[in-house]
Amino acid sequence: MSVKVGIPRALLYYYYYPLWKDFFESLGCEVVLSDKSNKGILDSGIKNTVDEACLPVKLAFGHVKNLADKPVDYIFIPRLVSVAYKEYICPKFLGFPDMARQNIVGLPAVIDTTISFMRKRHNVDQAYKQLGKKFSGNPIKVRQAYHKGLRALAKYNQLLLKGHLPEEAMSIMYDRSAKASQVKPCGDLNIAIIGHPYNIYDPYISMNIIKRLQSMGVVVVTPDHLSEDEVRHQAGRLPKKLFWTLGQRMIGAGYHYAESEDIDGIIHIAAFGCGPDSMTGELIERNIRGSTKLPFLNLTLDEHTGEAGVITRLEAFLDMVRWKNSPKKQFIS
Amino acid sequence: MKVTFPHMGYLYVCVKGLLEYLDIEVILPPPTSKRTLTLGTKYGPEFACMPLKLNLGNMIEASELGADTLIMIGGCGPCRFGYYAQVEYAILKDLGYHYNMVVLEPPDKHISELTTRIRKITGNKSWVQVIKAIRFAYQKSRAVDEVELMSFKIRPRELVLGETDRALAKAIKEIDNAASPQQLQLALLRSKDIMNSVAIDPNRPVIKIALIGEIYTLLDPFSNLNIERHLGRLGVEVDRSIYLSEWINDHLFMGLLKGIRSTKEYCQSAAPFLNHFVGGHGLETIGSVSVYAKRGYHGAIQLFPFTCMPEIVAQSILPKVGDALAMPVMTLIVDEHSGEAGMITRLEAFVDLLTRKREFKAN
Ligand code: SF4
Ligand code: SF4
Repeated sequence: MSVKVGIPRALLYYYYYPLWKDFFESLGCEVVLSDKSNKGILDSGIKNTVDEACLPVKLAFGHVKNLADKPVDYIFIPRLVSVAYKEYICPKFLGFPDMARQNIVGLPAVIDTTISFMRKRHNVDQAYKQLGKKFSGNPIKVRQAYHKGLRALAKYNQLLLKGHLPEEAMSIMYDRSAKASQVKPCGDLNIAIIGHPYNIYDPYISMNIIKRLQSMGVVVVTPDHLSEDEVRHQAGRLPKKLFWTLGQRMIGAGYHYAESEDIDGIIHIAAFGCGPDSMTGELIERNIRGSTKLPFLNLTLDEHTGEAGVITRLEAFLDMVRWKNSPKKQFIS
Repeated sequence: MKVTFPHMGYLYVCVKGLLEYLDIEVILPPPTSKRTLTLGTKYGPEFACMPLKLNLGNMIEASELGADTLIMIGGCGPCRFGYYAQVEYAILKDLGYHYNMVVLEPPDKHISELTTRIRKITGNKSWVQVIKAIRFAYQKSRAVDEVELMSFKIRPRELVLGETDRALAKAIKEIDNAASPQQLQLALLRSKDIMNSVAIDPNRPVIKIALIGEIYTLLDPFSNLNIERHLGRLGVEVDRSIYLSEWINDHLFMGLLKGIRSTKEYCQSAAPFLNHFVGGHGLETIGSVSVYAKRGYHGAIQLFPFTCMPEIVAQSILPKVGDALAMPVMTLIVDEHSGEAGMITRLEAFVDLLTRKREFKAN
């Protein structure tokens, strides 16, 4: 029987799952995902974390717990220190494996490999080499697995760049029954949603915001539809380099979409009490309000956010955008 | 040029000392007050940590007094502090407060970035003089720490309520007024005399509590609601996991000065509970518990501002550390809504618990 490695459907799952999946599978492991986010998962996460933790961390705790109950042989909770040279994600990612280990009872073995691009790329290859040793004594096989993972990741990123959302991209890659080329949603408005991947793509905690907007006739774009170069180029306009990789994506996308002709509005989604969001959100909002007339909506998510309230705000926002877009100039003259 | 910088407890004593030693005109922000906090809360991002809001309030109030140049420290992550200056600058600019901002931080590419920035303030003063000024400021921070440490021991034993606080204020003033290293030596002697003149009962039994957590809230009495004073009055001798001079040595001098306290020991004691640094002082917070347990402390109180990321990581692990070491730990989170009355109630309950635990052990 093959070894079961559990991967939580949370945090940077939305960025790295294809890499992790192909890597572990090439080494003969069976990859087990936690269930899709739901009330039960969030509630168990809330029960197992401190009140002050942000929503995504609480949810991630729930996913880890969900895997622990499955059961699996290992849970993969890498310590994601840094995913780009001299940058970080958030202090909470640095401590997450310890937080989980100290608080969730009955955890199977935790794989908490440290992934850090802080100094140089080389360290990451090393990390996967170390990690692979657990499952194969053959270094060549491990290297092949890593490269296979990287190829899967490259393909995934290509799909995102083509305008697919993470869930779609993954089903294109892994779900044989899904149609290879899905029809792109169309609508009369283009709205950019700016936020952490684990907030905007998780259908449960985002209250399905993307699907909801699509059904209201909106074409949704996100930071992940922009190339790394573009995002970094835009973020380079900041007076000082931002040391959060995800913050760079958000600022860069905010600046890009604020300037692009065919964007009708921007929605910024932040988790309640999120440290980085409090800074990047402020900078994005000041930029948009200062230099454009683009409609901007700030949505804060936490476990008490009511769905009804969010829908009302979205509808009001879209009404406002549509009203602004209407040919009012003719009307005035 | 009228230079200002934000408050953090007694930090002003050494920074002001440094600048004045170089004949630079300093405008201190008025002591942090409710108004400072109100200003910062009104104009700062809602979920920013409280130090950012207080900084912002300090900067607005100093600008009202005519300050035009602002010195800030920066950093390179992962916690928010490293981007404070830029966000504060953007907000101030939009509000119409025009500051020439000088951010002192580890240079991105070359050390010359830092030296050019220092030059912006020091003008044509020689580097020798700048170094002398830095040394002077450091001596001031040592002096402040010395009298603060004395106050921690004296306060729980004072015979007249409030005597220690009055003495401490006078002692700090002596150090603040010293304009040269020679004067500082004498001032320190006088300060110690002032502290020693407080009448105490040396035999009074005290409870010992370590204050651990985020640096700003530990060092700044306004933001920690005068916790040291309240604990002292409850008969508690405190120690803080961070002192100004230590922090300067660890972070600005890269630990160059040997033989003085350092937070390194804390970091080394954090495993296996927390196995990686998490920014800010989160690792130190975890490690300090075991260090204080070994030193015979009865309990620890973790202090941090609402939404502080490194401390939330620490907070979620602390109960496990406390259990393993049989050291009661309490967490206090402060924000703009915190009141002293509520905190005192919690402190009393905690001190009660520790007292009962100690008596139980003694029997
Ligand atoms: S970036 Fe924000 S939302 Fe993400 S873990 Fe950190 S505090 Fe939480
Ligand atoms: S350590 Fe905490 S309070 Fe201080 S800047 Fe960082 S997040 Fe804010």
